[in-house]
Amino acid sequence: MGREEQRHFDVLVIGGGPAGMAAAACAAERGVRVGIVDDNPSFGGQIWRGGLNSQPNPNSAKWTERLRRSGAVALCGLRVVHQPEEGVLLAEGQNGFCELRYDRLVLATGARERFLPFPGWTLPNVMGAGGLQAMVKSGLLIRGKRVVVAGTGPLLLAVAAYLRKHGAEIPLICEQASWSSLARFGSALIRWPEKILQGLQLKRDLSGIPLAASTWVVAAHGEAAVESVVISRAGRTKTIPCDYLACGFHLVPNVELPLLLGCAVRHGFVQVDDFQNTTVPSVYCAGEPTGVGGVELALIEGQIAGLAATGHTKEAAAWFSKRRKAHRFAQLLERTFRLRAELSTLALPETMICRCEDVPYSRLRQHTSWRSAKLHTRCGMGPCQGRVCGPATQFLFKWNPDSVRPPVFPARVETLAAFSRQLETQPSEVTGGH
Amino acid sequence: MLSQVTVIVNGAPVVVPSGATVAVAVVLAGQACRKSVSGELRGPLCGMGICFECRVAIDGNLHARSCQVLCQPGMEIDTEK
Repeated sequence: MGREEQRHFDVLVIGGGPAGMAAAACAAERGVRVGIVDDNPSFGGQIWRGGLNSQPNPNSAKWTERLRRSGAVALCGLRVVHQPEEGVLLAEGQNGFCELRYDRLVLATGARERFLPFPGWTLPNVMGAGGLQAMVKSGLLIRGKRVVVAGTGPLLLAVAAYLRKHGAEIPLICEQASWSSLARFGSALIRWPEKILQGLQLKRDLSGIPLAASTWVVAAHGEAAVESVVISRAGRTKTIPCDYLACGFHLVPNVELPLLLGCAVRHGFVQVDDFQNTTVPSVYCAGEPTGVGGVELALIEGQIAGLAATGHTKEAAAWFSKRRKAHRFAQLLERTFRLRAELSTLALPETMICRCEDVPYSRLRQHTSWRSAKLHTRCGMGPCQGRVCGPATQFLFKWNPDSVRPPVFPARVETLAAFSRQLETQPSEVTGGH
Repeated sequence: MLSQVTVIVNGAPVVVPSGATVAVAVVLAGQACRKSVSGELRGPLCGMGICFECRVAIDGNLHARSCQVLCQPGMEIDTEK
C-alpha cells in the first residue's frame, strides 16, 4: 500500500475470515471488481489463522486458493476506521492510509472472545483462550508450560487440544456449563453428523486431560505474571499452579462498524434479511455479527452475501435451507454455554473492569448505565473503545453499550485530516507518529 | 527447520521464528508490554488486535499493537514504561 491511495470496487468486503473470503470469492467469480480488506497480516480470520510450522486446514486451503483465483484484490494489514461519507471508507495501515469507495459493501467483521473480570485477570500471561492459541500460532513456544484452560464454549476444547499438541501441559479444563447441559448438547449433535466427527477427533486429542464442568476460575495470582489460579468446583476452591491461564467466555460479535454505518443491531446482532442485506441498502453482513454459529454458517452466509451483492439472488437462495440448519446449531451453542449468574459476582471492589482506563468495579457499580459510567469514570473510553469492558459490563450490570462514534478504532490524526484535505488539494506527505 | 529472525527488545537481542509477531518476541523476552495508567504490568490478552493491551513502540512508532505486526530483522521494540 502506498501512503495515500484511492481505490474503487463494485463490491468491497470488510473482514478476511471465512465469511469475507467466501463473499469476496463468490462476487469476484461473477466478474465484478472486488476488494477484500483485513487488518491482520494475512487472511483466514481467527479460525483459520495459520501456524508458522503447520499445514493449513484443508477447508482453509481450499478457500484461500479459490479467493486467489477469483481475482479479488487482497488488502491485508488495513483497518477501517471511519466512513467520511456514504460509499467511502477510510482505512489505515502501518505506514499510511487508503480511501476505499464501493457500490456494494459486505461486512464480515467476525467476533472476539468475551472476557469476564475476576481478581487477577489483568496479570500478564492471563490471555484469551483463542488469544493464546493465536500467539502460539504466531511463534510463541509453549512446550513444557502449564496452561489452565477456563471459561465456556467449544473453543476451550479446541484450544486445549492445540496447546497440548504443541507440548503444553494442561492440568485442567474448567467449563462453567453443567454436565447436564453438556450432555444435552452432546445428544443434540445427532442432527449434525459432521460435528460428531469433529467431536470424536477432539476427544482423541484431549484424552488424559481432565475436564471439569460447573467449574470456573475465581482468582489468578502472581507477581510479574500469573503463577497460580484458584478454581471453584462444587462449592470448594482449589489452587492450581500454572504459567498461563487461557480464559474465554464464548464469543461476542464485532458490530462496531455495522453500527457506525447505521445498520440495525438487535440483542447484539446485526439484523439481516434472507439475502444477508442489512437495514442499510447496499450493505450486507455475513458470519458471526449476525449470530455466532461457527465456520460452516459463516461460509454459507458469506456465499449468500457475495451472490446477492452481485445480483445473483436465485443462486443465493439455493443456500437458504443449509443456512437454516446451521442457524439451529448456533442456537444450540447459545443455550448450552449460557453464562451462570455466579460469574457476575467474582470481581472485588478493587478489580479493574476497564483495563484501558483502570476503572475498578467499586467505581462502576454506582452507575446505572453505560453512558453514565463513561461520562463519569472514562470506562470504555480508552483505546479498545469498550470492546473488552463493554461485553463485561453488559453481563455484570446489564448495561447496553450500543453507541459508537468515529473513528471506530484509534487512528492517526493524519488519516482523519487527510480525507477533508484531499477534497481541496493534493495531500502533503504524511509525517510523524500518532 | 524454520528460519529465525533477531529483533531487539528493550536493547537486548531476542531470536524468534521467522513470521513471529512482535507480541511473541516481547513475551519470549519475558517482558510485559506496557504499564497501565495506574502502574500495573500488562501483556497481550486477545491476540487479535482488539484489546490494545500489547501496545509497544516499534522502530519509534509508538502505541503499535504488537500482535498485529510481524518481526523484521533488527527491528527495535521498546515496551511502554
